[in-house]
Amino acid sequence: MPNLLDIRRRIRSVKNTRQITKAMKMVSAAKLRRAQEQALAARPYAAQLRALLQDMVARTDLATLGEDPAGQAVSRLLVRRPEKRILLITIGSDKGLAGAFSAQVIKAALTFMAEHPGTEVKLELVGRRVRDHFRRQPELIAGQYLNAFGRTVDYGVAREIAADVIHRYSTGETDAVYLLGNEFKSVIQQRVVLHQLLPFSASPAKESAKGGQAAGQEAAQADYLLEEPPAELLSELVPRYLQVQIYRSLLESFAAEHAARMNAMDSASRNAGDLIDSLTLTMNRVRQAAITKEIIEIVSGAAALES
Amino acid sequence: MSSFDLEVATPEKLVLRRTVTSAQIPAESGYIGVLPGHAPLIGRLGAGELSFESEQGGERLFVGGGFLQVLPGRAVLLADIAEFPNEINVEQAQRDLDAAQALERSHDPNTDFTAAVRAARFAQARLDVAARK
Repeated sequence: MPNLLDIRRRIRSVKNTRQITKAMKMVSAAKLRRAQEQALAARPYAAQLRALLQDMVARTDLATLGEDPAGQAVSRLLVRRPEKRILLITIGSDKGLAGAFSAQVIKAALTFMAEHPGTEVKLELVGRRVRDHFRRQPELIAGQYLNAFGRTVDYGVAREIAADVIHRYSTGETDAVYLLGNEFKSVIQQRVVLHQLLPFSASPAKESAKGGQAAGQEAAQADYLLEEPPAELLSELVPRYLQVQIYRSLLESFAAEHAARMNAMDSASRNAGDLIDSLTLTMNRVRQAAITKEIIEIVSGAAALES
Repeated sequence: MSSFDLEVATPEKLVLRRTVTSAQIPAESGYIGVLPGHAPLIGRLGAGELSFESEQGGERLFVGGGFLQVLPGRAVLLADIAEFPNEINVEQAQRDLDAAQALERSHDPNTDFTAAVRAARFAQARLDVAARK
């Protein structure tokens, strides 16, 4: 029979755990609100910029752009090559205790690699958890960013990644760049999504928000006046586009991370509660059994004296 | 009265979405006046004062850097920075201006002169918008 004291000790320990998970849930909820606001607020700009770039790319002839000395650099970013070497930017989290958050991204990355046999897939890893998973396969890792997420998302990291992407793509080191990360759908739902970053596709993608699509359709009929030579415009637009897309994905992932952690901590608190209930029940049973046993002893002792 | 939609977005947030009757937009190469029915246009955004008139009255704000796109019935400003006059940090802008001007005068062959001029123009435009309340 389990010892009463031991059970009490366990209950106390589970209670402490529950207190911690509850506190972590509260903290995540507060952080989630901030991150969520940021992620949602960043969507219109990203969608509009995408639409703008689509219009520009659709009406620009790459060959003439390449001849223009000002457009040479950017034309190398817009060129299409057969996808032999792929760079996959994988966004996870720095911290754990968020359920299957990072594991899902890792799984998606592995699936992606399995789906692209015969191509060389290199990974650009954002977040300590993802890095740790791949650290024993250094041949896969093209780059790693471990401190993208602090109190908020650092735009500098997005700029760094974009610069790296631009370098790799324009030197021909990679033929396609994909972005893999969690998207914030709602507090209880996160989704791992895959975006194609480069080569840039001029057709409206499914993931672009409603505003972006509407703008794309409007613009398809419009013939634009250009304030500046297209080469100059594009050579500012494309790097900015890459930065913003990466930044937006980081924001989305950050919001999704907090949502995932909040849910994980919520179910952890609930599990702790269940455990406490069942332990309390066992404890009461044990105590009652002890009392009953003592009474039986007394009663049978008295009966023995009487007879 | 005919009108069009004016949207100002920065990477952080959508700053403004308003139905307006006219707008003065600071492009890289000078101010552009936009009225309803303006031809579609794409350009770079300079640093300066965006002002617009709507049926509820006009307003002004500072926008700096980025892109502008005029579409049928819509004008979109994708600005690096967009601030209403009361949001502008005047001391910071003044400090930026001083620093940029010091760079301009430094005659150091290593300084990026165009960047310094740009920064100075940027800070000056910001101060101007803040000053004209």
